[in-house]
Amino acid sequence: MSVLVFAESWNGSFKKGTFEALTFAHDTAKKLNLECVAVTLGNIKDDVNKISSFGVDKIVCVSFDYNNCDNKGISSALAHVAKKENSNIIIISNSNTGKSIGPRLSIDLDAAFISNVVDIPSKNTPITIKKKAFSGKAFEIAQTESFKSILAISPNSYTITENSNPNCQQETFNFSSETANVISEKIEKSTGNISLADAEVVVSAGRGLKGPENWGMIEELADLLNAGTACSKPVSDLGWRPHGEHVGQTGKAIAPNLYIAVGISGAIQHLAGVNSSKIMVAINTDPDAPFFKAADYGIIGDAFEVIPKLIEEIKNFKANN
Amino acid sequence: MKILVCISNVPDTTSKIEFNDDSSEFKTEGIQFIINPYDEFGLTKAIRLRDKHGGKVTVVHVGTSASDPTLRKTLAIGADEVIRIDSKPKDSYSVAKELAKVISEQEFDLIITGRESIDYNNGAVPGMLAAILDLPFVNACTGFSLNEDSATMEREIEGGKEFIKASLPLIIAGQKGLVEESDLIIPNMRGIMSARTKPLITVKTNGTPEKSESIKFEKPVTKQECKMIDAGKEKELVTLLHNEAKVI
Repeated sequence: MSVLVFAESWNGSFKKGTFEALTFAHDTAKKLNLECVAVTLGNIKDDVNKISSFGVDKIVCVSFDYNNCDNKGISSALAHVAKKENSNIIIISNSNTGKSIGPRLSIDLDAAFISNVVDIPSKNTPITIKKKAFSGKAFEIAQTESFKSILAISPNSYTITENSNPNCQQETFNFSSETANVISEKIEKSTGNISLADAEVVVSAGRGLKGPENWGMIEELADLLNAGTACSKPVSDLGWRPHGEHVGQTGKAIAPNLYIAVGISGAIQHLAGVNSSKIMVAINTDPDAPFFKAADYGIIGDAFEVIPKLIEEIKNFKANN
Repeated sequence: MKILVCISNVPDTTSKIEFNDDSSEFKTEGIQFIINPYDEFGLTKAIRLRDKHGGKVTVVHVGTSASDPTLRKTLAIGADEVIRIDSKPKDSYSVAKELAKVISEQEFDLIITGRESIDYNNGAVPGMLAAILDLPFVNACTGFSLNEDSATMEREIEGGKEFIKASLPLIIAGQKGLVEESDLIIPNMRGIMSARTKPLITVKTNGTPEKSESIKFEKPVTKQECKMIDAGKEKELVTLLHNEAKVI
C-alpha cells in the first residue's frame, strides 16, 4: 500500500498548493508507515527534483499530452498510477483542477472522497480526518468507509516543510487517454493579478470605498505587499469589481496569512469566507462594525485617510528592511 | 430542450451554525432553509434557456419532506416539475448514486448543479455524477451558451478564465456569472399560485451505502480581542504586523 500525491502543475510549473500537498502526503505516509509516491503529469518545465526535497520515496513522471480542462483524461491517468502503485490514500490539492478531477477519480477508483481537508488523518482504518464545513463556520471530523480514500487539501491550511530523501527513485512512462470530451478553445488571463487562492496577503475592500474609481489606493497597497485584491459581495454585485474577486460564503473562501479588510462591515456571510486567514486587519469608520469582533488588529477611521498613510508607512518600512 | 437542475436545501447564509450536545449533528431548530445559492444561479439559467429555446426544467433533490417548502419555491421561480428522491442524504457518493438512477431513467440534454453546497462544501456530487453517467463535465462554470448541438462554456481558472466547448448532453457545476445576482427571480403571486398545481413527484429509494460519514463537528477557536490602533498611527500597525504577527 502507498500514499499517492498528485504534484499538480500549471503550464509546466508546480504551484504552492502542490508543495502543501507534498508535505501533507509525506507526513501522512510517515504517520501510517506507508510508502509515499508523487506523480507528475505532462511536460514539466520546473525541475522535477524539486519534488524529491519533500521526502517522497518515488516520483512517477507520466508523459501524457493533456489539456487542463480534460478532467476525465487527468482522472484516468491518475487512476492508472494509483492502481499500479497500489495506493489506498490519494492526496490532491483542492485547487480548481483538484475540484474538477477528485470526485471523478473517486468513482474511477471506487474510493471515498473528502475535500477541504485541513490536517493529516488522526487515525487509519477507518481514515479519520478534519475538514472545513459550513463555509468556514465549522469543522467536520469525517470518517471514510471504504478501502481507498481521496483527500483534497484546502489551500493555505498545511505548513510547507522540506524533508530530504536521498533514496528517491524516479520513473517515467507514457500514457494516452480516450479523446477528450471537453475542448479548451481559449484562455483569457486576468491582467497582472496574483491568484487569490495562492496569495499570502490579500487586500480587500467593500462598499465603504464609495465607487470603483477609488480602487487605485487598494491596488497600490496590494502591489506594495505583493498581495491579491478581493472585494465584498455588494461590490461585485454592483459591478465595481469582477466576480472572481468576491470573497465570502457565496464567493471564494480564502486563507491567506494576512487579510486586510477596508470598508467592509464584516457580515457573517463575508467572515465565513475569510475567517481562516491567519491575521485579519479591519479598517472601518463604524466602531460597531462586526469585523472588529473578528479581526486581530483594527483601525477606526476613514479609508481615504488611513490607506494613503498606511501605504506611506509600508514604503518606509520596506526602505528600512 | 430538457434541463435537469439538482438542488440542495441549505441553511440561510445568515444562519449561526450550532450543533447538538455531543456535537454529532447540525442543529436545524430555528434555521431558515433556502435553495443553495450556487444552485439558484443554475436554476435561473435553466429557466432562461427554456424560455429562449423551449423545453422543460425539471428540479431534482435528494431529501425528506422537510425540503418541500424549498422545492415549492423552485416551482414558484419557474421550474416545471420537481422530483424529490425520498431519502435523508448521507454523503456525496450516495447522493450522486441516487441522482444517477433517476437521470438514467430519463433523457436530459443538460444537467446543472451548483459548484458546491454552502453547508458541507464538498463540491463532489457534480463530478461524481459526470463519472457515473460518463458525461462531459465543466466545473466552476461562469458562462454557458448554446450552439446547434454543442455548448460553449466559461470556467474560472487560476489567474483567468477558460472557454470550453463540449457536446450535449453534459453536466455543468455553476456559480455566479452563469447569471448575475440581479437576474435571480423573486417569485410573484402568479408564480406562487401556479407552484401549488405543478407536479412535485416523490420517488422512493432503497438507499445507497455511503462511503464517508460525519462523526463530529467543531467550532473554530474564538480569536483574541481585536487590538485597536488609533487612526493616524498607521506606523504602529506596520510594526505590529512585522514584529508581533510576523506576516510582513
